[in-house]
Amino acid sequence: MENIITNNSIQQEEYIVNMGPQHPSTHGVLRLKISLKGETVENIEPHCGYIHRGIEKMCERLTYQQIIHLTDRLDYLSAHTNNEAVCLLVENALQIEVPERVKYIRTILDELTRLASHQLWWCAFGMDLGALTTYFYGLRDREKILDIFEETTGARLLQSFNVPGGLMNDIHPNFIGRVKEFITYFRKKLPEYDELLTGNVILKERTTDIGLLTLEEAINYGVTGPSGRASGFACDVRKHHPYSAYDKVEFKEILYTKGDSFHRYKARVEEMWESMKILEQLIDNIPEGDYAVKMKPIIKLPEGEYYQRVEAARGEFGVYVLSTGEKYPYRVKFRSPNFSNLSAINKLGAGHKIADLVAIGGSLDLVIPDIDR
Amino acid sequence: MKYEDFNDNETLELFKQTGGNLFFTTVDAIINWGRSNSVWPLTFATACCGIEMMAAGASRHDFARFGIEVYRASPRQADVIVVAGTIVNKMAPVLKRLYDQMPEPKYVIAMGACAISGGPFYYNSYHVVKGVEKVIPVDVYIPGCPPRPEALLYGVMQLQRKIQTETIRNPRKQPDTFADTDNK
Repeated sequence: MENIITNNSIQQEEYIVNMGPQHPSTHGVLRLKISLKGETVENIEPHCGYIHRGIEKMCERLTYQQIIHLTDRLDYLSAHTNNEAVCLLVENALQIEVPERVKYIRTILDELTRLASHQLWWCAFGMDLGALTTYFYGLRDREKILDIFEETTGARLLQSFNVPGGLMNDIHPNFIGRVKEFITYFRKKLPEYDELLTGNVILKERTTDIGLLTLEEAINYGVTGPSGRASGFACDVRKHHPYSAYDKVEFKEILYTKGDSFHRYKARVEEMWESMKILEQLIDNIPEGDYAVKMKPIIKLPEGEYYQRVEAARGEFGVYVLSTGEKYPYRVKFRSPNFSNLSAINKLGAGHKIADLVAIGGSLDLVIPDIDR
Repeated sequence: MKYEDFNDNETLELFKQTGGNLFFTTVDAIINWGRSNSVWPLTFATACCGIEMMAAGASRHDFARFGIEVYRASPRQADVIVVAGTIVNKMAPVLKRLYDQMPEPKYVIAMGACAISGGPFYYNSYHVVKGVEKVIPVDVYIPGCPPRPEALLYGVMQLQRKIQTETIRNPRKQPDTFADTDNK
């Protein structure tokens, strides 16, 4: 027996394992083909397409107002931000100036979306590493945000509240009070998150120095969002190319230099504090005015290429439209943050144990429909 | 029962076989009580509906109250598969395989517009399975895009009522074969 283990090729032989498409910690239907040597990961090959819904192709037969409803379903956890990208693209192409009120409300809803998304990531990340309590804590607070969404936009998850030229409707009279109430509530609850998970020994052991990504690699792979910023890649679109009302608010871009799973975790938790700061600055100053400018029922973009990017909860989300002057776009391309973030997974995971892959995947915060589109 | 006779959900109890031996009815009652109150779902979600399913399992909605509690990661330990999200052609064989691996009796809940009919991806699409019933037999449909957690709760309760109409004298039969997908 000893001979077999020491001399034979058991340890040297490469062994292929499929993680997914049905696996609870891939957060969807991602399939990772993992080459193992013993327990150590040699190579990871992601296989996409298990939720390929051809959204880009479908957009070629939809008007610009209709495209918005499909962008919701890309990255459903930053639905509002994705809507905004299309709306900003159309508005910039037609050179329409939306009222200040719209900009403020959009920014507030963006940040609420980001908070809700990070809360869900936090509870899923804890659950991946075996901490079930985080699931109940995170979703308890998330429901409060969803209540605000529901009251104003009429939907919990996929709002489609943005339309080219403004918003679908004015905000609910309770909106401002509810948001303020939520901020005071969540300021008390967020330290609980730190107490529960951040200082936890198991979490630290399982994430520190796991999945290191250097600044150069982050830039090469285009890893954006909190995952990129944990490696020191200053890529916050809100800060560097402000849109809506982000040029009117003060907030800090969370940057770390280490780039391991723990710092990706830290970056997201710290971002929740920054989001609340942004909300506090905006919520009292929503200007009076119209909630939308009147648009033609059929929008035709002038001939040309357009690109608009926004900061979604997971990174830079971009929309590219090639227009021939028709009411339908000729070609639509989405630059989804998760696709680029996933591309780095071989760099992150190779050399680690297979159990660490769960922590690495969780810290990247992947949403699979956004990858496959 | 004919399809035309099925008026609404309130007629579900008509499925129940009445009469019969005291022994069998007692055993039926005990088995159905047990089965319907511990329905273990499979951790299976493909898209947006999965988030609402998570919300239904969490603090506020908490469908553990109805016994649908323990999310199983393996289909071999699950009783019900909640198809939450779009099923595309590449995923359809995988879903069929998951369903085949589940032990009898097994149930399927189609959650959301995508699982019912292809939903927003129905028109002009080359990729979506237009209704999950083309791959696996469905017990309960929950409409919405995505359905609220309350809707999922209601759907689960409907499934429980359906389970309670079963009898061991006439066990539930699964169709033997299903075409993988119609629009392959």
